[in-house]
Amino acid sequence: MKLKGGIYWGAGCGGCDVAVLDLHEKILDVAEKMDLLFWPIALDFKYDDVRAMEDAEFDIVLYNGAIRNSENEEMAKLLRRKSKTMVALGACAHIGGLPSLANYHTKQSVLERVYLETESNENPDGTMPLERSTVDGNELELPRFYNTVKTLDQVVDVDYYIPGCPPVPEQIFSALSAVFIGELPPKGSVIGAGTKTLCDECPHEKEEKEISIIKRPLEMIPEPGKCLLEQGLICLGPVTREGCGARCINSGVPCRGCYGPLDDVYDQGVKMVSALASVLEPKEEKEIDKVLDGIVDPLRTFHRFSTAASILRRKKV
Amino acid sequence: MEEKEASQVLVHLEVDGKSVSLAEGSTILDAAKLLGVQIPTLCYTPLVEPYAACRLCSVEVEYPRGGGKVVTACNYQVWDGIKVRTDTDKIRRIRGMIVEMLLARCPDIQVLKDLAEEYGIEKVRLEKQEEGCILCGLCVRVCAELVGAHAISFAGRGLDRRVATPYDKSSDACIACGACALVCPTKIIHVEDQEGREIIHEELSLGPSKAITLPFMQAVPNIPYIDTEHCIHFQTGECGYCAKICDRDAIDYELQEETIEVDVGNIIMATGFELFDPSVMGQYGYGRLKNVVTSLEFEHLNCAAGPTGGRILMTDGGEPSSVGIIHCVGSRDENYYKYCSRVCCMYALKYAHLIKEKTDADVYSFYIDMRCFGKGYEEFYHRLLEEGVQFIRGRAAEITDYAIDSDEEGKLIVLCEDTLIGALRRIPLDMVVLCSAMKSNEDAKELSRIFSCSLGSDGFFIEKHPKLAPVSTTSDGVFIAGGCQGPKDIPDTVAQGAAAAAEVLSLIDRKEVEVEAAIAVVDEDRCSGCKLCNTLCPYLAVKYDEEKGVSVVNEALCKGCGTCAAGCPSNAISARHFENRQIFAEIEGLL
Repeated sequence: MKLKGGIYWGAGCGGCDVAVLDLHEKILDVAEKMDLLFWPIALDFKYDDVRAMEDAEFDIVLYNGAIRNSENEEMAKLLRRKSKTMVALGACAHIGGLPSLANYHTKQSVLERVYLETESNENPDGTMPLERSTVDGNELELPRFYNTVKTLDQVVDVDYYIPGCPPVPEQIFSALSAVFIGELPPKGSVIGAGTKTLCDECPHEKEEKEISIIKRPLEMIPEPGKCLLEQGLICLGPVTREGCGARCINSGVPCRGCYGPLDDVYDQGVKMVSALASVLEPKEEKEIDKVLDGIVDPLRTFHRFSTAASILRRKKV
Repeated sequence: MEEKEASQVLVHLEVDGKSVSLAEGSTILDAAKLLGVQIPTLCYTPLVEPYAACRLCSVEVEYPRGGGKVVTACNYQVWDGIKVRTDTDKIRRIRGMIVEMLLARCPDIQVLKDLAEEYGIEKVRLEKQEEGCILCGLCVRVCAELVGAHAISFAGRGLDRRVATPYDKSSDACIACGACALVCPTKIIHVEDQEGREIIHEELSLGPSKAITLPFMQAVPNIPYIDTEHCIHFQTGECGYCAKICDRDAIDYELQEETIEVDVGNIIMATGFELFDPSVMGQYGYGRLKNVVTSLEFEHLNCAAGPTGGRILMTDGGEPSSVGIIHCVGSRDENYYKYCSRVCCMYALKYAHLIKEKTDADVYSFYIDMRCFGKGYEEFYHRLLEEGVQFIRGRAAEITDYAIDSDEEGKLIVLCEDTLIGALRRIPLDMVVLCSAMKSNEDAKELSRIFSCSLGSDGFFIEKHPKLAPVSTTSDGVFIAGGCQGPKDIPDTVAQGAAAAAEVLSLIDRKEVEVEAAIAVVDEDRCSGCKLCNTLCPYLAVKYDEEKGVSVVNEALCKGCGTCAAGCPSNAISARHFENRQIFAEIEGLL
């Protein structure tokens, strides 16, 4: 019997959906095994169609994007109810992703920045989005914009996670194949990725580390074939799950951590901080500070993709 | 070696009526030496081939078949049955004639005068010349055959014959080894520096005075070493005299330094200390002013086996008439080392005592506090007070050679505040000893990394516990003793060394060690081999396994400190008893 599937996007960029499309001809293999009943970016469906379905009628739902507003949350809860297996697809649903960097701001400051301060905006009346407004006597309702961006599993029960920003198409396919043949690991597992860190599949030569300088990628051309972290670039490879095929590394760019932490790692960014701190070469406080000055934006460097899932979660207000 | 093997055949002869057998190829002089018969020589040395230039060793030989003649003992090879007579009237007459002729050439040479007396030459009948060289050629042969430098040779012919350097010019071929001066029978060759000064103790050099020497008198093992920089063999490829005379064949010029790896269960670090170099303290002029010496240099000067044979001499060779001793140079000093070096007060007192004992010099001791804390130390201080040493309480501000009156001319003037009389003083002295601080070794940091024992802020190794484990370190099986642990005197050092040895013995005796149970373990399925943890372990227990591509923890070395577990970015290392879930459970319990 053909499986029933759905793909939905919350607060995301659509990159995950495109990654699914990037399966190219393999998408036909997917279509052979599974009917996609719901996929707003590619096919025309209405929310009511979903609401009309039986509970747990979907065999699998891939939810990408973070939970940013009430609509994201409502749909996440609805799809959860309608599906047997709920999969968080991509970094946003998995660990918050880039949208969760907004957690270092407040709802108010985000809206002000977007609607009032942005240089490319012309908004002389200072119009701001309202949850409810009346136009020509008709009441309009917009989803409520949350103060804090959440991961999918902070809102609903999630069965599996496919990490990545975006996930590598081959890995999406391998995860879906596992679903099709019913060979899934225990609930809560990360699928479509490895169990070790990126260093395992990183092609660079690794030595014992002693870091005496920290630079940004734009400030240097790294020596090829040599561990980027040893060369002074903050590479999150040591704290990031393998599975992407080290695409960034192979392009000479350090890992930014989109595949998220390994199992049992409580906080990816903090883990990197403690790992980095332990391999700094200088031992005197002043010298250490000099090296650390090379990290321009530590918060967003170490928690670029994982703010929502971090211990910090958001800036205190 | 070849000579010895080839000379197995023995020959028998008589010397002055005494029979002797010795190897074929030996000379009459060898035979005489064996029998203790004296034959005078001037141009002979066992270092080079005999030359028979001076003819003084003339002896009579009687052949076994009858007949005989007068020969030179130094180069006449013995053969079976000959009878040698060394002290006949004829021989005495011949030698007397030789001495008379030599003395006529060189009337002022002591060794010839002595010989003349011995052979009864009262009056030299020949015309006297004023030469010193008897043209025996010993110097030339030693320089060529032994040293291999070929720096001097005979020049001229007949009456003009003399020993000279090429074209009588200062020669680059001369390596200034002094061998020619050493062998010269008339002692008319002198080694001088280019300004013609006699060298007394050049900058108090602590280097060896010979190219082959013992490191120091009490060295263990007590085996000499070759200073290849100064050894003639290493400069010219010749000489090799030490190898020739060593009957154990123990000298091997081919030997190279090598690194020997030894597997041991315990290590005692007794790497000692370094002396602070006071030349960085410009005010004391060390290295700039003559006769300002460090305590260690002064000790060397005092040493009976030192360059002056234990005499306290200034660089011009004279005895000082006044000596100053400055305490706390670099130590108890905010600018250099804040700590007290502990030993200086006592050795400064010892120096004061030795100077008083060996010379008539006045001794001034510039001190901050007298720290005479040991058994009998305070009593020694009181003895010195009675010996008339001038103790000036106050740190010396400066040493200068800038004289302001005639009393200070040519002296070192120590400027200081005498806090006991409340006055600034200028004290002119001939010599000043700087009691330099004891400081930790330059490579202590590296050692601490290699042996995983921590360094204090003063650079000395830290013991595990100052009272309960004074010679142990945080690494099991690594112990410390002596100056590397902190400044201390010889009795304390010996006590620590004995304590460390006892600690090691007790471990060896037990045959087994207890290791920590709560250690770190690597989950090899999770480890990606990023090597991040490799440098973290203070006990060097974490290593990368090239074969498996993962890092592994050596269970015997791990102390369970958890540093690697905290640093591991993949959570592949967990510290037993302190796993994440245990810690979180504890936190939850508290909350």
